[in-house]
Amino acid sequence: MPQPHLMIHIVPGKCDYCGCCVGVCPEDAIELMESKIALIEDRCTNCRKCVWACPWEVIEFHRDGVDHLPKQIPQMINEAVKF
Amino acid sequence: MKKFDYDIIVVGAGPAGSTAARYAAIGGAKVLMLEKDRDVGYPVRCGEAVSHEGVAQFIKPDPKWIASSVSKFRLIAPNGSSVVPKLDGGGYVLERRVFDYELAKLAASEGVEVITKAYVYDLLREDGKIVGVQTLIKDKKVDIRSKIVIAADGVESRVGKWAGMDTTCHIRDMESCAQMTLSGIEVDPDVLDFYFGDEVSPGGYLWVFPKGKDTANVGLGLSVEEAKKKSAIKFLHEFVDRKFPKVAMLTHIAGGVPCAKTNPEIVKENVILVGDAAHQVNPVSGGGIISGMIGGMIGGQVAAEAIVRGEVLHLREYDKRWHKRLGWRHDIFYNIRNAIGNFDDETYNNICDSALKLPEDKRTLGGIFRSALWNQPSMILDVAKVFLS
Ligand SMILES: Cc1cc2nc3c(=O)[nH]c(=O)nc-3n(C[C@H](O)[C@H](O)[C@H](O)COP(=O)(O)OP(=O)(O)OC[C@H]3O[C@@H](n4cnc5c(N)ncnc54)[C@H](O)[C@@H]3O)c2cc1C
Ligand code: SF4
Ligand code: SF4
Repeated sequence: MPQPHLMIHIVPGKCDYCGCCVGVCPEDAIELMESKIALIEDRCTNCRKCVWACPWEVIEFHRDGVDHLPKQIPQMINEAVKF
Repeated sequence: MKKFDYDIIVVGAGPAGSTAARYAAIGGAKVLMLEKDRDVGYPVRCGEAVSHEGVAQFIKPDPKWIASSVSKFRLIAPNGSSVVPKLDGGGYVLERRVFDYELAKLAASEGVEVITKAYVYDLLREDGKIVGVQTLIKDKKVDIRSKIVIAADGVESRVGKWAGMDTTCHIRDMESCAQMTLSGIEVDPDVLDFYFGDEVSPGGYLWVFPKGKDTANVGLGLSVEEAKKKSAIKFLHEFVDRKFPKVAMLTHIAGGVPCAKTNPEIVKENVILVGDAAHQVNPVSGGGIISGMIGGMIGGQVAAEAIVRGEVLHLREYDKRWHKRLGWRHDIFYNIRNAIGNFDDETYNNICDSALKLPEDKRTLGGIFRSALWNQPSMILDVAKVFLS
């Protein structure tokens, strides 16, 4: 199961281990072995580049993860749009 | 100071890694090559097309790794019209699982040691210095010491990042790919087919590369920027359902090709990057077998020179020689890629029409590109813009 703050989810058993997602991940947050793939959770920033890159649609982005974000973040967003 | 187990460790046994290892050993170094997969050369994530000229500089063409010999391209425009230019010097569709194996054997014949099922999970450091790699060999942790590390770990490369080089490929430059090997179809074994247009692969292309008369690699690549809207696998399924319904699917793979300029840094301390790991792919064609082998050869040679001289700083020479040989061209090809990426269906149709008006002997890829420019003044501007930028 993904961590509460994580919105990225690699669907188990669907991956082809091709490495396209690893190539675009700016945070070095994906570990890829011969037939094993895992998110290095504390590095992932939910940027979604891996989701877009995956040719097979193996990586999902869960918007509902937003509900579990640290409270400061929605507050910061509120602040950011103030004039 | 502890002893080193090897002069050079090569991470990854693809074409770039095997070639780097081979030339490093020829240069006099003691070399170990590590491959995470069970087999060298498998699984195959590749359209497998190469030019004769490119491959013959490294290995004598051998029927055991050639699935088809080809002499022509067919460029198919969105409206279905096509033009068939000659492929200067001819080319091959490989059997890469045999080809990669042969390249590893060539390295082994020069004294390179090879271990498969050996996953490199980090660099090994001592007093802040890189002194080798940390590996899982058949699930056991093993540290191996070397003076130099050559990262040939492909599109999924992480070794460069661990050494402090930013090798992340921008999503605009990464081609997200899907391919099937289909059998029981009818193909011309002499021709490489390329389909263009928004329906098959916006900004990219779809290929049908023959492996004999009744089998072909059918695949496509598109920029991740485009794949955001619709994935490679969706485009591929639609094309195959239309064109080759109900045939045998022998393989089905995903893949990525870094169609960028060479990575800004390919040498850091005692680590160098070769092949896809260094983004040494021709950004227009997406071909990375031969260019990766050229990068591997230069990298292996320079690394061996550094060992013989006892001078790690000599590795910087690799960056210079690579850019002199191919890197400068890839910079220009990258700009051409960006111009082509903006073509719409109408532009492709027009290019095909004007190419068909060329006399047959002028229908080379270069001839077509020149005539396209001639007939499309706006394209000259586009290309000029990217060249000047
Ligand atoms: C769908 C598709 C079609 C293509 N078609 C063509 C084509 O027709 N013609 C062409 O010229 N090029 C083509 N390419 C590009 C070509 O396949 C690559 O450029 C080429 O394979 C690069 O060689 P390489 O040795 O750098 O990397 P690779 O061949 O990817 O080899 C890298 C090796 O490193 C291993 N490795 C990775 N990480 C580790 C680790 N941590 N520890 C140990 N081992 C590791 C991998 O298992 C792999 O075996 C295509 C690519 C794709 C995806
Ligand atoms: S969301 Fe971004 S940081 Fe997280 S794994 Fe994907 S590419 Fe890496
Ligand atoms: S891009 Fe997709 S198929 Fe390829 S390794 Fe990543 S998750 Fe797996």
